[in-house]
Amino acid sequence: MHRKTITELAEALHQKECSCLELTRYFLDRINRYNPALNAFITITEKEALEAAQEADRAFQQGTAKKLTGIPIAHKDLFCTKGVKTSCASKMLDNFIAPYDATVVSKLNHAGTISLGKTNMDEFAMGASNENSFYGPVKNPWDLTRVPGGSSGGSAAAVAAHLIPAATGTDTGGSIRQPAALTNTTGIKPTYGRVSRFGIIAFASSLDQAGLLTQTAEDAALLLTEMAGFDSYDSTTVEEAAPDFTKTLNNSIHGLKIGLPQECFPEHLDPKIKTVIDQALRQLESQGAIIQEIKLPHVMMGIPAYYIIAPAECSSNLARYDGIRYGYRCKGPVDLQDLYERSRAEAFGDEVKHRILIGTYVLSSGYYDAYYIQAQKIRRLIKNDFVKAFQSVDAILTPTSPTTAFKLGSKSKDRVNMYTSDIFTVPVNLAGLPSISIPAGFVDQLPVGLQLIGNYFDESRILNVAHRFQQATDWHRQIPKNFE
Amino acid sequence: MTELAQKDERRDKNEHCGQIFNASDRCSHISSTNWETIIGLEVHTQLLTQSKLFSGSATAYGADVNTQAGIIDLAMPGVLPVLNQEAVTMAIKFGLAIHGHIARRSIFARKNYFYPDLPKGYQITQHELPIISDGYLDIALDDKNTKRIHITRAHLEEDSGKSLHEAVRGMTGIDLNRAGIALIEIVSAPDLRSAEEAVAYLKALHTLVRYLGISDGNMQEGSFRCDVNVSVKPKDSDQLGTRTETKNLNSFRFVEHAIQSEVARQIKILESGGKIIQETLAFDSVKNETRPLREKEESHDYRYFPEPDLLPLVITEETIESIQKALPELPAEKFNRFIAQYHLSAYDAHFLTADHDTANYFESVIHAEAIDPKLAANWMMGELSAALNNENLSIIQSAISAEHLAQLLKRIQDNTISGAIAKTVFEAMWHQEGTADVIIEKKGLKQITDTSEIDTMIDEVIAANPEELAAYRSGKTKLLGFFVGLVMQRSKGKANPQQVNQLLIKKL
Repeated sequence: MHRKTITELAEALHQKECSCLELTRYFLDRINRYNPALNAFITITEKEALEAAQEADRAFQQGTAKKLTGIPIAHKDLFCTKGVKTSCASKMLDNFIAPYDATVVSKLNHAGTISLGKTNMDEFAMGASNENSFYGPVKNPWDLTRVPGGSSGGSAAAVAAHLIPAATGTDTGGSIRQPAALTNTTGIKPTYGRVSRFGIIAFASSLDQAGLLTQTAEDAALLLTEMAGFDSYDSTTVEEAAPDFTKTLNNSIHGLKIGLPQECFPEHLDPKIKTVIDQALRQLESQGAIIQEIKLPHVMMGIPAYYIIAPAECSSNLARYDGIRYGYRCKGPVDLQDLYERSRAEAFGDEVKHRILIGTYVLSSGYYDAYYIQAQKIRRLIKNDFVKAFQSVDAILTPTSPTTAFKLGSKSKDRVNMYTSDIFTVPVNLAGLPSISIPAGFVDQLPVGLQLIGNYFDESRILNVAHRFQQATDWHRQIPKNFE
Repeated sequence: MTELAQKDERRDKNEHCGQIFNASDRCSHISSTNWETIIGLEVHTQLLTQSKLFSGSATAYGADVNTQAGIIDLAMPGVLPVLNQEAVTMAIKFGLAIHGHIARRSIFARKNYFYPDLPKGYQITQHELPIISDGYLDIALDDKNTKRIHITRAHLEEDSGKSLHEAVRGMTGIDLNRAGIALIEIVSAPDLRSAEEAVAYLKALHTLVRYLGISDGNMQEGSFRCDVNVSVKPKDSDQLGTRTETKNLNSFRFVEHAIQSEVARQIKILESGGKIIQETLAFDSVKNETRPLREKEESHDYRYFPEPDLLPLVITEETIESIQKALPELPAEKFNRFIAQYHLSAYDAHFLTADHDTANYFESVIHAEAIDPKLAANWMMGELSAALNNENLSIIQSAISAEHLAQLLKRIQDNTISGAIAKTVFEAMWHQEGTADVIIEKKGLKQITDTSEIDTMIDEVIAANPEELAAYRSGKTKLLGFFVGLVMQRSKGKANPQQVNQLLIKKL
């Protein structure tokens, strides 16, 4: 059962091969059995899920069931879920019960899916290894001594180990795509403005975007169609209606132009990873795609620009965690200053504090022009690079990550090394483009992902390419051996 | 703490102790004639929007604590701001009324600082590109002269909540009902040269926002409050002095007194060879002095940056045109029209147009019964104004409606009653004894215009005062008043005074 995609599970439910309650119990059993080894979930909402499953079964009996009624999913623990702990993997929000549902959560509820729990992540979505969680690191199901990537590491590991058919994630600099690549899952980050951010605990507002970790591009298309669209509670969502992304999945990719930015295939790129990507390129060529080299001259300046803009916004976004209205408050504060200082010092982890400090510094008077404004200029240059590139190609292909899953603890002392994990994904967030990572093969039994970048609001195209690739390959069907 | 730091701290404390300033005890020995005062005002005006600037929460004043604070106002994790278009419309109205530039594209920014009444840890405001810039307001210095005060900028921003220091014992409570209410901050150029000018500007601004219907201007409730920037410089110097900012003044009188005491303080320091420190002050209205404000945060670095949760605010030509068309008559226009159309003096027109409701009342009175504008003006500035002041009422709370006052004035115009009797009728009307006609009838106050009746009364008065009659006839014509008084007394005030005059002159 757990090998089935959402498309297949929906078929099974509608054919009455199993009930929603049975399906929910099945996945809850897998979660309870495997989660202790993976630590992919922070909260398992068993009671709520079973109630929702019974209601879903009633919908089937009454003939009101929708396409996705009864499909189990999980939410990254920064999506607000009404009445359920929403911790952002931080001590700061360990006691926080969200009083409302994020727009994404309510849309997926409305579509009939059932949430089985909240997945682990890097604290406040800051990290690329999922080691920065107050609830401990997540393990990679392909090798429990390795990281699953981050920050949506819990969602990625849970989907990779088939504890859940799909899970939501968020991607600020690669937080969906990089863990997807490291866990052999499909991870899509839509165009900035395609999916509402309302109810998603903010890290860097101009970069954050909600997306999905799934087994297939087809499943991603199914769920994204439900999640996307204008939200009157988020001014940065676009007003145009989102298309049905499943409609164009099977379009031919014959004659499709795929650009290969030279900058993303540097000489020092791991040759084994390059070999995997080359094989994928030959596969796409055999399906009729035309591969051509392109230039994105400023794309390698993405990481330094990102590590100014994202911390700047986070330093402001995280100011609300002051110990006053909700969340952690230190014991026995002697005055207001003490309340602020100790509440924040005691409840934020090191990486979060590090970024708040950087962000506060780069926004300070005297440094603002030299850092923040300069970074925004780089951001504009990178965006222009992509806009120009898309005048001659339909999609852009790069490796998702420069490495496969690395050992737990191996990079946690070396920030800059950790940050380069997102070297190919960060420029996409800076430009606000849609992008998907899909399984492309293995190096030393560890998964390798390839990244497809689309033009603005052209998620349909990259989902189409990804789907056609997955029709012709079976990398995405590989399951880590202890979780079969 | 190092020894040096300790010394520094002591010095700071001493300085603060020395900085409690009192105006009254040093005004006497100040040679203010050598100094020029430079004043600029920052006015925070709460907009009368139905909901808050970035959330759907209600905005009524005086609701129970925290009953008008939703998840967005509380800055719950994950919430986002959505701009209230009604507030934008109001800001544009203001911009047009001050002949300002309306930015076709303006930007919201975050002003970052920690304070318990600021739930997000930042205020959403406008910094580099405000919605309104480069406007002006003309103020009347006296009956003949006006002065143009430039308005550098006006921007949209959200209000903070309130800390309640006395509500909870041993703790500070936070009321977030006010958090997020829409404000426009109106920043004047340093064009003002005295407390009187500052108050005149502030009053003109207050009148304007009420005319536009964008603010109730209620100063006690904090809907209209003012920060005052003051500096002084030698009259012959081009160099501006160091300024101080006195925060949160919520009455015209406080503004006037705060400026006076601050100017006196600065001049005294400068004249004794001292230096002005650029700092933020509070005004103690009881002691009539300014003193350093304890700052909300350690430093002034607000780390402004563009608000990433909001798109740039784009305003189209069509929007501006449609708002322009719907703009009401402005105070200056109304003032000029009242003089031209009703032949009123500048003094009268100023009084009647200083307040939108007063102007409306006036026009209702004269149009209801075709009342002479000067007669209506006199009664509104005299009896009505006194009665309202007496009970501390605004004109819309008047016990006598415009229509009822018009009915009374009509009876003066058609000689049914005299002006003196009308005051009695007004008094009765104020106490809800009925309409003018009912009171005149009930109390038998109708004016006596029957010549023979008045003749009879005159004959009786003359007969009773032979000595005065003789004196009058021998040239003491001033005694006419004496006879008029007696006749009026005999008629119980009801005789027509003009008729009495004419008939008396004949008989005497």
